[in-house]
Amino acid sequence: MSIRVGDAAEAPSFPRAARALLGNTQLRQNVRRATEVIRNRRARVVGELSDWEQLRQAGHEIKQHTLQYLDFYLEQFEEACTRAGGQVHWARDADEANAIILSILGARQAREVIKVKTMTSDEIGLNHALEAAGITPYETDLADLIVQLGDDRPSHIVVPALHRNRMEVRDIFLRKMHLRELGDKPEDLTNAARAYLREKFLRVGVAISGANFAVAETGSVCVVESEGNGRMCVSLPEVLITLVGIEKVIPRFEDLEVFLQTLPRSATGERMNPYNSIWTGIVPGDGPQEFHVVLLDNGRTKVLADTESRETLDCIRCGACLNACPVYRQTGGHAYGSMYSGPIGAILTPQLQSLEHSESLPYASSLCGACYEVCPVKINIPEILLHLRAKVTAAGDAPFEERVGMEAAAFVFEDPDMLALAQKLSRIAQKPFERDGVIRHLPGMLSGWTAFRDLTPIPKQSFREWWNERESQRGDQ
Amino acid sequence: MNERSEMLEGIRRAIGSRGSDRESDYASIRRGYHQALPIDLPECVHLFVDRLHDYDATVHFCPVEGIAATVAAVLSGRRKHSLLVPPQLPPDWMPSNFEFIRDTGLSYGHIDRSEGVLTGCAIAIAATGTIVLRHSAGEGRRALTLIPDYHLCVVFEHQIVGTVPEGIRLMSEFGRAPITTISGPSATADIEMTRIKGVHGPRTLDVILVA
Ligand code: SF4
Repeated sequence: MSIRVGDAAEAPSFPRAARALLGNTQLRQNVRRATEVIRNRRARVVGELSDWEQLRQAGHEIKQHTLQYLDFYLEQFEEACTRAGGQVHWARDADEANAIILSILGARQAREVIKVKTMTSDEIGLNHALEAAGITPYETDLADLIVQLGDDRPSHIVVPALHRNRMEVRDIFLRKMHLRELGDKPEDLTNAARAYLREKFLRVGVAISGANFAVAETGSVCVVESEGNGRMCVSLPEVLITLVGIEKVIPRFEDLEVFLQTLPRSATGERMNPYNSIWTGIVPGDGPQEFHVVLLDNGRTKVLADTESRETLDCIRCGACLNACPVYRQTGGHAYGSMYSGPIGAILTPQLQSLEHSESLPYASSLCGACYEVCPVKINIPEILLHLRAKVTAAGDAPFEERVGMEAAAFVFEDPDMLALAQKLSRIAQKPFERDGVIRHLPGMLSGWTAFRDLTPIPKQSFREWWNERESQRGDQ
Repeated sequence: MNERSEMLEGIRRAIGSRGSDRESDYASIRRGYHQALPIDLPECVHLFVDRLHDYDATVHFCPVEGIAATVAAVLSGRRKHSLLVPPQLPPDWMPSNFEFIRDTGLSYGHIDRSEGVLTGCAIAIAATGTIVLRHSAGEGRRALTLIPDYHLCVVFEHQIVGTVPEGIRLMSEFGRAPITTISGPSATADIEMTRIKGVHGPRTLDVILVA
């Protein structure tokens, strides 16, 4: 079995990658500005809902329940989808998923495919596999298109090109779309993408999509999006292949009522995203007449087996934890070595692939708890980070543990802002890790911080209060 | 089939023992969130219109017997002469003096060259300003409301529910018909987080709200 998360296994360690990125002021500025905007929008629309906490709790419980009976729900989904005319395939790892997709395309002699934002396909390295087989994949999500045409890597799970500003996007489009002229207003750029992709939407016969939710009871699939490229891909071609991580299944159609409230508000700060497509198998006379679902494991079963970190699989990929994370906002997403960046990347990647290929990631956090606070399915990311750090230590690689811990700490301490943060956090950060009133051993970076504890008195404010005050002071400057 | 049984076997091993039975475990999920809004229909309608304005959709109001006249007025305002319609659009929504082409399997190219599309909807959700299409002979196949650059949609006040949970309840009864939910015209914020209206879906959405 070859479990792969993009090419994260070959990526440099987080502190090394982060250090390099910290020198890129343009990138840091773009990331800071973009995350700021989404955070404010999110705060506004979440604040509107008096039942937000109940929605988070329900989302968490639905996901936990599903994982507990995942075998049942996957089989139920398969049965319902098949009854509606879909074909369900099972892939244990990246290579198997790629092989299944290639064989479907081979039978059709397809030379081109249109793709709608699927991080899972980045995870399995699908584009490489397609290109190696002589098939051209067209990314259709605007941000993914910017990343693809710029030979770049995604830096955010919801807005993958947020590290690029409009001038950079203009240059990429001019060059790669062979345009003679192009303005630099976002409208100009969007119109260029519309014209470039429309011809492909109307012509290319096969699409590959991901899924936000797969409903076990009905066999329906739901794709959540903004631009309309998702609708194009799932409803125009003759053949549709949908790649679904096994954790994407939910029991009943009604469960959508929770996630369709929490996901858009958390992801883009909208009450509802412009478009949702929900379809069930094949409908004669409307949309694809051949529909394949590829159910992908690729290490998810391993995550499932560890009850202490199982809830990692609850993730609905909203990106709120990235925008909230002081470390992500300093480094951007590239330092995390794969498409899964930020706090969720720091816990997901090391669990999917083997720990030794990404053992620095659990240290890519200041453990401040902001990620947990915003997570719409209440994943306790700080606790899972500590759990994974303990695993790195227990793997008997103690010297490494120290090295990475100190390396990560050094990167934090080089930045005066981060140092201040680290000092102030050292006591507060322990809070999420109390169990039965006992604080467990804090491995790694935090243990290093204890040395600073006596240097600065811990402020009486809560972390959030302190952070917000700090941010608003910065804003005033 | 080998991969399938191996994956399922692996999943069962990973889960280990489970406490209660599935049905009762599912039933124990706490759903303390609001199912409905504590407001009446006129307030619901008001909220829905507010949301549509937020999305820059234009809203026109008319009584039941005034649909065709309103369609005519809106189309004149937009300088349109010809729209596509689903096979079973009610004939009395279509004013004379305009051309309406029924979609009986038009090519994508034909739809792409059209001036726009006129449809009704299945339901609408006030809290989020969402219009729900249930793709069928009445509301048309998916391509019909996707490829054109202009969508004129007729919504009846009685089709409006307050919340997402109320909307999902109704949608769960749609059977296998594909569903599209539309909350404002297509948009992106991918470039410098500036919201740009209209990427691939219809760039202009007009709504006729029928009392
Ligand atoms: S971990 Fe939570 S906050 Fe982060 S992307 Fe997943 S669902 Fe969103």
